[in-house]
Amino acid sequence: MLSLIVFLPIIAGLVILAVPSSQKQIIRIVSLLAALAQGVLAVLMWRGYNPALPGITAGANGSALGSFQFVEKLPWISLNLGSFGSLNIEYFIGVDGLSVTMVILTALISAIGVLSSWTIQKQVKGYFILYNLLASAMMGCFVALDFFLFYVFWEIMLLPMYFLIGIWGGPNREYAAIKFFLYTLFGSVFMLLVMIGLYFSVLDPVTHNHTFSLVAMASQENYIKDAILGPDNVMWRYIAFIVLFIGFAIKVPMFPFHTWLPDAHVEAPTPISVILAGVLLKLGTYGMLRINFPLFPEVFHASMYVIGIFGAINIIYGAFCALAQKDLKKMVAYSSISHMGYVLLGLAAGNSEGMTGALYQMFNHGTITAMLFLLVGVIYDRAHTRQIEKFGGLASYMPVYAGIVTVAWFASLGLPGLSGFISEAFVFVGAFSSVTTRYIAMVSVLGIVFGAAYLLWSLQRMFLGKRRADAAYDLEIGEDGHEHIHFHDWKGKIDLDGRELAMLVPLVIITIFLGIYPMPVIGMLTSSINKLVQVLTPVVLTSMN
Amino acid sequence: MFELPSGAEIQGIIASVTASVGFFIPEIYLSVLFMLLIVIDLVAKGRKNNLLSITTLLGLAGTLFFIYQQNALPAGELFFGMYVLDKFALFFKYFFVLSGMLAVIVTMSDEQFEREVKSMGEYYALIVSMVIGMIMMASSADLLMIFLSMELVSFTAYILTGYFKRNHRSSEAALKYLVYGAVSSGLMVYGFSLIYGLTAQTNLLKISMSLAAHGYDPLVMILATLFVLAGIGYKIGAVPFHFWSPDVYEGAPTPITALLSVASKAAGVALLMRFYYIAVPHNVKSYEDILGIDWHTLLMLLSVASMIYGNVVALWQKNVKRLLAYSSIAHAGYLLLSIIVLDELGTQATLFYLLSYLLMNFGAFYVVILIANKTGSENLEDYRGLGKTMPIAGAALTVFLVSLVGLPPTVGFIGKLMIFSALLSKGSLYMWLALIGIMTSVISLYYYMLIPLNMYLRESGNGSDAKSMNPGMIAQVLMSVLMFLTIYFGLFFAPLSDFARYSSSLFGITLH
Repeated sequence: MLSLIVFLPIIAGLVILAVPSSQKQIIRIVSLLAALAQGVLAVLMWRGYNPALPGITAGANGSALGSFQFVEKLPWISLNLGSFGSLNIEYFIGVDGLSVTMVILTALISAIGVLSSWTIQKQVKGYFILYNLLASAMMGCFVALDFFLFYVFWEIMLLPMYFLIGIWGGPNREYAAIKFFLYTLFGSVFMLLVMIGLYFSVLDPVTHNHTFSLVAMASQENYIKDAILGPDNVMWRYIAFIVLFIGFAIKVPMFPFHTWLPDAHVEAPTPISVILAGVLLKLGTYGMLRINFPLFPEVFHASMYVIGIFGAINIIYGAFCALAQKDLKKMVAYSSISHMGYVLLGLAAGNSEGMTGALYQMFNHGTITAMLFLLVGVIYDRAHTRQIEKFGGLASYMPVYAGIVTVAWFASLGLPGLSGFISEAFVFVGAFSSVTTRYIAMVSVLGIVFGAAYLLWSLQRMFLGKRRADAAYDLEIGEDGHEHIHFHDWKGKIDLDGRELAMLVPLVIITIFLGIYPMPVIGMLTSSINKLVQVLTPVVLTSMN
Repeated sequence: MFELPSGAEIQGIIASVTASVGFFIPEIYLSVLFMLLIVIDLVAKGRKNNLLSITTLLGLAGTLFFIYQQNALPAGELFFGMYVLDKFALFFKYFFVLSGMLAVIVTMSDEQFEREVKSMGEYYALIVSMVIGMIMMASSADLLMIFLSMELVSFTAYILTGYFKRNHRSSEAALKYLVYGAVSSGLMVYGFSLIYGLTAQTNLLKISMSLAAHGYDPLVMILATLFVLAGIGYKIGAVPFHFWSPDVYEGAPTPITALLSVASKAAGVALLMRFYYIAVPHNVKSYEDILGIDWHTLLMLLSVASMIYGNVVALWQKNVKRLLAYSSIAHAGYLLLSIIVLDELGTQATLFYLLSYLLMNFGAFYVVILIANKTGSENLEDYRGLGKTMPIAGAALTVFLVSLVGLPPTVGFIGKLMIFSALLSKGSLYMWLALIGIMTSVISLYYYMLIPLNMYLRESGNGSDAKSMNPGMIAQVLMSVLMFLTIYFGLFFAPLSDFARYSSSLFGITLH
């Protein structure tokens, strides 16, 4: 079933390949159907998921089956390498608490992205083929349990993203697209070296061959003592950790590797921004949780402090940058950087509260930021500008839009009762209770204040008050004697239309529901988080003995 | 003075030659094909060119059968140690015949030939003779034989480069190629003479034994090394022996550019591996004391310089063929990386990389030809908007370029993976080389992506010719097949990799 979830979009892409490019509506509907089917499968998977199984490492019997769920394991490539035994790459996928929520998030955001792509008019066929390829690759990354497979999916994401930004993007799209490509490739090529190094350092506990299995790599007893990334080779383990961390941090994006993100967001079309913020950024922190930390637990312990500091910088710096933005989309992009800082801070805490908060924040950031970018897209479609100063008093003319914006904005700043609050609260509880990150957390709290500042300020400037003299729209007195808003070349409904509501309302419901009752998500994380914390801590215990 | 051999000795020699001939059938067959093509050209003068090209294609395909038959033969020396037959040589025989066939197919769809030349008579015969030369290069085990086969390849390559007689770029390229080629073969022969002076042997195996047994003057050995490397480095197009390649690649007919960049480079690699693995003693450390230079260090320097120079200079290229020329310098650097490791995994990686390079580079040049047929240009700027007008060509070229960068799911990625695996299997010893290789491949992304950037992200200047340009049914099928193979072998690479492994045994040395 998991394979079907991963490959449904690619199948849809192949179907689209056969559809003539003039049939735009059919192409869109095929994509939507695939996304919906993927969503249904994801929900089925969620219903069948057993939250008691921890994942992370192999189960008691040495295989992944006792610990991961929906496991599919097929031999993919088997090579004879002479003195290095045989090279075995497996098609090995499965989910545990770390990935199950991400799979659901990806299915959700992909479907919403398809709806949001309805407005794309240029080269529809090519667009949806690339979009579906991207959707499959993202999903594949979250479920891959073989490092090689993970790497393949990870790299396959880059090319569609490059073209999606580069062809359907804004005026400065060439620069943004190649910048995105170069940054992420730079991060991932080092991952390739680490992957090879790990391969030569890890033995499969059952077959005693070298292996790419992330499940085997997560248990330190499977490492060869004197291999290049074995426990004796402290220096190379540190270097490998740092290199991997940078590779994932570029995706997060973590200061100072974040500069590609505002450019990419500003140039990307709305659905791609939604995918980028909603899913792609999560891959960075997911990679840390799945690969970076459990494979090098002792280095993680030594560097918790540093990760925490970078998290705090992300929170504060992102908030400051967001305060200074005139372009609404850029503001949202920086707020996204700021909010990913909470994830880093939660990870740095290293305890179950912090880690749970981080994973929950990943899910919430996905839904909330997707909402923010969709809302920016709504106004951009109408006014063809995103300058905050070109608006004013929108609340009286577009009440539904203003209402949803208010929910999204408040969710983003962490208002109690909305989902963002709970995850940030968990992060701070975790960070304060950990000795290493306590003082960092104290500084980071400031980020919430600045976050409230830029969000409320923009809300006030755009939606409250009266129309400004240089606004991007005119006011007309309608036949009923009321003032109506008029955008220059916008033929559609002034307030949100049905398609836009279909994208936004599910996200609003999720945000409110998970703010009141977070257990559906957190309940699935707990056992995996506890296991992960356990995998990460023994090093401290042994050093105390 | 030489003594005349006695009757018995002459009989022995004759017996040995006749015994060897049985191991030499593909080469003999190809020579017959070469002469047959010339005869056909004489007889069928004025007819359509297709007769020649199809005869060449079928003839080359027939060679594959004779090579396949050689699989059963034991590895050994022929013709008094001049020539060897081993799995390694067989691999290259397949490789060169296949690349010859690809060159013929690519030529058939290149319309520039119809514009530039009246007769294709010698052309196909020369391709066959180049294939013979390259096969002999990969199989020779003797300094004399190495030199002869290399010259055979070089001379045919000079003529083929200048095949567009009225096109002054083509002639200029041929002349440049000739001048550089002459200098490097001169240097190489001088290096050979020094080695002969040190050892009194011309057979690689005997040279190695003699060097190990009797020792040598390190200074002379270093000089000889440098000179030999100059000759081989010129063939594989590694820095600093690369100066000819951008001009030659740009000026030569595109099928010949493809042949030079893939097959001729592979022949150089084969020669380098045989020479470096067998002739050079590896366990003797004495000569490292002087100047601190040995083969190993030299190859590392060559490799690093090629990777950096090729990838960096390519950034500024405006002509696609020139861009691919610099990229091929960089790829020479990657190929050297896995030779340096000097073990079985390294050999396997090199051979695999060559196979992947054959696929993706020929593919790329093929699309460049098809595009030039329609637009008449190889300039980057004229590629604007081609993604719309030639969708399959655009997609195929993008796949080949992504493969050249080394991104999954393409065969180029597996090639890079194998090379870096070979480097890292030695622990941290070659980590720095792997790092340079990885960094430069990130740089290469930028210039390779310039081509899709122009094809897809930019609109063509004159909006009027938005009509689609159809390169023809056969061309589209062939492109699709190459594209499919590039991706297929990127996902299921076991057959290629097993073949590379099977072929990584050289006569006269046991690799570990």
